[in-house]
Amino acid sequence: MKKAAQAADPRQGFRSEQNLPVSEEPRQRMKKVAEATHPRQGFRSEQNLPVSEEPRQRMKKVAEATHPRQGFRSEQNLPVNPGFVMRPKQKMDLPFERPLLELEQKIVTLETQPDQAPEVHDEIRKLKVELVRLRREIYENLDPWDTVKWVARNPNRPQTLDYLELVFDEFVELHGDRAYGDDRAILTGFAKLDEIKVMFIGQQKGRDLKERTQSNYGMPHPEGYRKALGRMQMAAKFGLPIVCFIDTPGAYPGVGAEERGQAYQIALNLREMSRIATPIICVVIGEGGSGGALGIGIGDHVAMLQHAYYSVISPEGCAGILWKHVKYADLAARALKFTSGHLKRFGVIDEIIPEPPGGAHSDHRQMAMTLKASLHHNLRELGTIPASKLLDRRYEKFRKIGVFEEKAVEGLLNGEAAV
Amino acid sequence: MSSDDKPSEKPTKDKAAKDKSVETRSEKTGTNGATTSAEKSAENGTANKPAPKITDSWVGANPNKRGVPEGLWLGCDGCGATIFRKELEKRLRVCPECNHHFYISAPARISQLLDQDSFEEWFTNISSLDPLGFADRKPYPERLVAERAKTGLDDACITGRGYLRGRPLVCAVTDSAFIMGSMGSVVGEKLTRSIEQATELKLPLVIVSGSGGGARMHEGIYSLMQMGKVCAALARYHEAGGLFISVLTNPTMGGVAASFASLGDLVFAEPKALVGFAGPRVVQATVKAQLPDDFQTSEFMLAHGFIDRIIHRAELRTEIARVIDYCGLRQ
Repeated sequence: MKKAAQAADPRQGFRSEQNLPVSEEPRQRMKKVAEATHPRQGFRSEQNLPVSEEPRQRMKKVAEATHPRQGFRSEQNLPVNPGFVMRPKQKMDLPFERPLLELEQKIVTLETQPDQAPEVHDEIRKLKVELVRLRREIYENLDPWDTVKWVARNPNRPQTLDYLELVFDEFVELHGDRAYGDDRAILTGFAKLDEIKVMFIGQQKGRDLKERTQSNYGMPHPEGYRKALGRMQMAAKFGLPIVCFIDTPGAYPGVGAEERGQAYQIALNLREMSRIATPIICVVIGEGGSGGALGIGIGDHVAMLQHAYYSVISPEGCAGILWKHVKYADLAARALKFTSGHLKRFGVIDEIIPEPPGGAHSDHRQMAMTLKASLHHNLRELGTIPASKLLDRRYEKFRKIGVFEEKAVEGLLNGEAAV
Repeated sequence: MSSDDKPSEKPTKDKAAKDKSVETRSEKTGTNGATTSAEKSAENGTANKPAPKITDSWVGANPNKRGVPEGLWLGCDGCGATIFRKELEKRLRVCPECNHHFYISAPARISQLLDQDSFEEWFTNISSLDPLGFADRKPYPERLVAERAKTGLDDACITGRGYLRGRPLVCAVTDSAFIMGSMGSVVGEKLTRSIEQATELKLPLVIVSGSGGGARMHEGIYSLMQMGKVCAALARYHEAGGLFISVLTNPTMGGVAASFASLGDLVFAEPKALVGFAGPRVVQATVKAQLPDDFQTSEFMLAHGFIDRIIHRAELRTEIARVIDYCGLRQ
């Protein structure tokens, strides 16, 4: 029966999985194939929605057509808010993904042919393999500007709140900064990573307009940095390791932010974070926007997702200043060398956390699993280093960053020699 | 506090004019940069050299911004008054009419601030490389060469040790003429080493910031990380009980403001200096509203609690010496 259904409509096949108490292994394998070919379809089956509900199906189809990768989002706030799901503008047509779409189209046409000869099956299989290969290839050779514009800033890319759901078992949010207010662009609180208790600090951008307005598009004010610092100091007091998720276009450039000391607060965070006597892991999950990112970015282990970026200035800002026009952002993006591969080579980050073949936005769950494994590993590793050594290690880590030429000196010109 | 110096330090116009003449000779090398300090320079002819080359070229590069036309007379940016150049030099490049503080170069700052010939420059052997192979409209190495020629400096920062009214200290100055005084690997490294030296020698630290550019874009992520590096060194200095006096001059923005410049035990600023995190144009573009008149000036930052004192250039020596005496001189 399953086969028949699949033949009639390939999309149906995966959904029927949910009700079958199948052994884990083949199911996993199937899902992988399914995700490779129809990355957007896999999630649907996980939502556990009653299959037979006609109107709901129809709605979902529309939703998928318009913004296909949102499966997980809706999971979080079940029951689904139809107003959110129906919003038609979220569809992301990534320009560099066009060859993939064509290939997918081809596969779908083949699959929906009424009678399938064995050769057709072979052809389909080949195409699917090719699809996986091509997707990997495209994503491994992304232009830096595409990385920023379409992947790191992709609205469907998992954000701090998604990871809190998918990576951590519990999140006890703590709001107060004890001075001014609660900045929703930085979330702080206790979190549990399986059995490990941590202090979690994360920048949240928000996905729809309401969320984005609330979190100020992920651009923190001084109170956000103050809140983060307070939590870190508390974590040090109670011996909790700290996990920071960085995802911000930059600290907010507004009048209020200046009045409340944006520069001072970031500076203070930089100084104090270098002396927090507990392990700190920082992960750039999307955008690492300059001082706004560094303000929670001083750690013992700095990791970065494969398609995230971490830069001294946004490509637009750089283009505006040096090329005198924002339209040269692509040139600036290439010149700034801020992608994970470069930064790893420069020794600025310690680890690149690989993303699923189609980017983190294509498969939130897989991304979360990889990230979780990395956090686990590094927390355990850092846990073995005594606090006194930890701080020296952190100091040295940042101390040695910098490229310059040092000429040999004659006589007493050198500072060390002179004093 | 040394009272004998005091009269000459007063900003009163006539007095200052009578007693002072500042030598702002072009200090190309910087190593022997400590020339006559204000109140001690004799009124002989040698003290009044022609206008420094550094200033002229800087002004020529930005005629509309904060510059002055070349020649004997120049117009004040603050009040529009016409000032005799020599008069301006005598007054430490502060307008006698409106107290507008003109730009001064890092070597000139050192010579104004420290005792005559007491400055010993450190780390002159470090120079910038081009780690990213960065090229905008002009390749970064070429830009460096041009900036060096224009300012006579190796990079945007001069650092070393010296004496201020007989008090030993470590002093660093960033020069806003060199790629907007931005912090790249060299500035970061020089400052970090100086802070480490100050920690080791238990000396007070004075950093005079004039950096409109923040972190230097041309060195990408390396520049950003210098912020963390310098702040970490300051953390150690802070823990060791060191006294850090940060002096903000026009302009101090971005990554420099968001790192060492804001972290002084004492934060002083010159009047009407531009001080803040995001540039006023960026803020304007973001909030799309009229900005307050004094937005991001020293006075604005003082009103909001991020600056301790606003100090006239002529008083800076006295003030720094005074607070060093309060905080104790660790030997």
